[in-house]
Amino acid sequence: MHRHRFIKLFMALCAGLCLAAGPAHALTAAEATAIATGETDVRIEALNKAMATADDKTAAFIQAMADGEVKVAGDKVFVVKDDKGLDPVSGAAVAVPGGAEDLVNNNRMRGALDNALAALKLFSKDDKLRLEGVKALLKEPDEARLPLVEKALAAEASPAIKAQLELARAAALLGSADKARRLEAARALGQNKTPETKLLLNERLKIETEADVKGQLQASLQAIEAALVWGDKLGALFSGISLGSILLLVALGLAITYGLMGVINMAHGELMMIGAYATYVVQGLFQKYLPGAFDWYLLAAVPVAFAASALVGAALERSVIRFLYGRPLETLLATWGISLMLMQGVRTLFGAQNVGVENPRWMSGGVQVLSNLTLPYNRLVIIGFAAAVLLGMAFLIGKTRLGLFVRGVTQNRPIASCMGVNTARIDTYAFALGSGIAGLAGCALSQVGNVGPDLGQSYIVDSFMVVVLGGVGQLAGTVYAAMGLGILNKLLEGWTGAVLAKIAVLVFIIIFIQKRPQGIFAMKGRSAEA
Amino acid sequence: MSSLKSRRFALKALTAAVALGTLAAVPAHAADTIKVGVLHSLSGTMAISETVLKDTVLMAIDEINAKGGVLGKKLEPVVVDPASNWPLFAEKTKQLLGQDKVSVIFGCWTSVSRKSVLPVVEEMNGLLFYPVQYEGEELSKNVFYTGAAPNQQAIPAVDYLMSKDGGAAKRWVLLGTDYVYPRTTNKILRAYLKSKGVADKDIDEKYTPFGHSDYQTIVADIKKFSAGGKTAVVSTINGDSNVPFYKELGNAGLKAKDVPVVAFSVGEEELRGVDTKPLVGHLAAWNYFMSIKNPDNTAFIKKWSDYAKAKGIAGHKDKPLTNDPMEATYIGINMWKQAVEKAKSTETDKVIAAMAGQTFKAPSGIVSKMDEKNHHLHKSVFIGEIKADGQFNVVWKTPGPVKAKPWSPFIEGNDKKKDEPEKK
Repeated sequence: MHRHRFIKLFMALCAGLCLAAGPAHALTAAEATAIATGETDVRIEALNKAMATADDKTAAFIQAMADGEVKVAGDKVFVVKDDKGLDPVSGAAVAVPGGAEDLVNNNRMRGALDNALAALKLFSKDDKLRLEGVKALLKEPDEARLPLVEKALAAEASPAIKAQLELARAAALLGSADKARRLEAARALGQNKTPETKLLLNERLKIETEADVKGQLQASLQAIEAALVWGDKLGALFSGISLGSILLLVALGLAITYGLMGVINMAHGELMMIGAYATYVVQGLFQKYLPGAFDWYLLAAVPVAFAASALVGAALERSVIRFLYGRPLETLLATWGISLMLMQGVRTLFGAQNVGVENPRWMSGGVQVLSNLTLPYNRLVIIGFAAAVLLGMAFLIGKTRLGLFVRGVTQNRPIASCMGVNTARIDTYAFALGSGIAGLAGCALSQVGNVGPDLGQSYIVDSFMVVVLGGVGQLAGTVYAAMGLGILNKLLEGWTGAVLAKIAVLVFIIIFIQKRPQGIFAMKGRSAEA
Repeated sequence: MSSLKSRRFALKALTAAVALGTLAAVPAHAADTIKVGVLHSLSGTMAISETVLKDTVLMAIDEINAKGGVLGKKLEPVVVDPASNWPLFAEKTKQLLGQDKVSVIFGCWTSVSRKSVLPVVEEMNGLLFYPVQYEGEELSKNVFYTGAAPNQQAIPAVDYLMSKDGGAAKRWVLLGTDYVYPRTTNKILRAYLKSKGVADKDIDEKYTPFGHSDYQTIVADIKKFSAGGKTAVVSTINGDSNVPFYKELGNAGLKAKDVPVVAFSVGEEELRGVDTKPLVGHLAAWNYFMSIKNPDNTAFIKKWSDYAKAKGIAGHKDKPLTNDPMEATYIGINMWKQAVEKAKSTETDKVIAAMAGQTFKAPSGIVSKMDEKNHHLHKSVFIGEIKADGQFNVVWKTPGPVKAKPWSPFIEGNDKKKDEPEKK
């Protein structure tokens, strides 16, 4: 621990010296080798030494190391960008020997590199870079870095960055030997309501001995915690909505095939799996033929997943299910058998292992709403996607001629037939539609979880649960049930842990169905008795 | 009428064909082979992990047969599929030992399946080689454990995270799937952490159901917990659930630099289905990594790649991967071969006696030794960091092989247990 401190102090001093002492000399080959190879302790020391005489080349080299673009062969070091080797000292292109190995950084070295970069950024001309630098320094402060921060503070013109620098100064003062300065720092940091500051104050609290500083630390911590509570609550709500949207997607297809048509389709999960594999295949095609447009493969995968599952669904209906209408037990067994065949088929085609489906770049990461609340993009996209599918389906069933026929056939088959509706064909269309929507769900699931032959198995129970709870034959019921279950599950999980939450939700559903067998919404009218 | 007749005829023909086929399938040279049982799930949830182990055994058998077999006899594999169904493991074992009369069985992955097989192997005096890291607390005369015991994986990993290079963690999240291996491992780790002066409030133990896929709450909790001090996560999450966990971790912006996660069940194969770029720097502890560089490992990887290509093994024929349990399987079958040659017999008791102290030059780069007494291998422990290409960089390793302690000293009452099987 002590040594770590010393190194930081040393580094900061060096950086300060260099900035004060004017002309920097260039990075040497020996320095580059020392930073890149050997024990972590020695490397960090070498890094700090190089920082004392840092110039643009040093900065570029440190950046390349942080990005993992450096290779080592013996005691020679190369920067490799776009498969071209560069000499870190001269910047000239050189051939990289075949035996060159990637540079290994452990987490500590990575931290040291980031710190060095942050210190260099503090005096950049670009506002954004300076802000980044301050924020990084704020996370891991040290009193020894104080002169540097104060120097930057004096030169800073932008008020936003100035405020951050002041916080960084307070953070650095938190470890000061002077009690008054610590007290002042603890007070100032109470204003910065982020989890990182909370971590800083907590760490100080553990080693603090002065009673009044302790008191101030606790007061500041309380202020921060009070502010963070909202983020936690919203986070729980968001994860509930997100889980609800996934449940909604997996249940929507079933709301048609089971809810409207009454087919107990145990192969529903496998139709989702087919949608997910269709996404995987499209991803592979894009990687091979359209690598430039790879980020947009998902858009192409959506209709493909729909079509693939819809086709399989239609074939299923034509070949098996239509002979079994009105015989629920046989349907259950037959579709279960089909689900096993589909799974084994996929195993034979693609292998038993899971396949990798990457998130496109625009779906990775998240947007930071509050200091402790980050909403992942993939979850946001799925919520939007679920809403779009829901609206599309409501429109199709409620407003189109096909929807009218589907409703007509499910409500009263003989009369619909008398009116000239080809009921057998409508059955096929409806089943294909439900299957296609399962395919869309699979496409969405590939973005948050595993894609493997067993994908459907883990969602089949959930989807039946949602449809039954919502009330058979009701779209609105499905929506309420999915959202309700999602939020309930997440609230319970935060409170009791994942295992108990799952049990509690199942118990809740059993009790609910006992009391209200028809689900949240009951079908009214003659069809309810049919 | 005629169609009915022809159908009947077809049926008869089919029956005859099947009967003939069965007859033909009975090996004519049964007497001059040594039968080897392979008991790995080829269907069901565990197929994802166990299928490659079956192929590893078959590859090793091919290799041994190509060099002339054992005691002048060829090895003949008997492959059965217990289908991830724990009671079926026991039934298939009975079949292998009673009906097929195999000399040795290579098999099992989950602890539940091993526990199910154990009474059968002991009663019928069979021989089982178990190739996966496990929670310890077991020592049978009839089993050789070629995977790691907790002190050969879990404890060194925690030591690393406590060290300066590992981030000097002060608070711990012990996260696992809810079954015997994570529960026991975490019990041991909790006791170990306490002995190192970590307070109870700085340890957060969490479990998720099998197949759990929504890790939002867990990741949010880890984030919250980590604001209380430098935190590390020890993950015993099993199989499939790792993908959603790591995806969530990446999207929530928890970096390895701030909160490192060390996993005991995540290897090259598990990362196949994951986009690893956001995971760079997270850790895994194993006794073998594919990225380890030495001539033995290069040869091992080449053998596997060639075999996978020749047999068209799905996934591996395009992107061959090796992992720790595969290496443990490979060591196991080779040591068994050496022991049979030393004992000049395949009789269980003689082979068990000959196994003591066997050595084999392992792909991990050490000379792996079977302990003289406790039926476990001496193993080196490696800590690897995930790289962007799904492989691992070894950042730390034990100075030499570590002897296994199946009875962890961190569980009460174990100090009285003997470091060798009860029955002899």
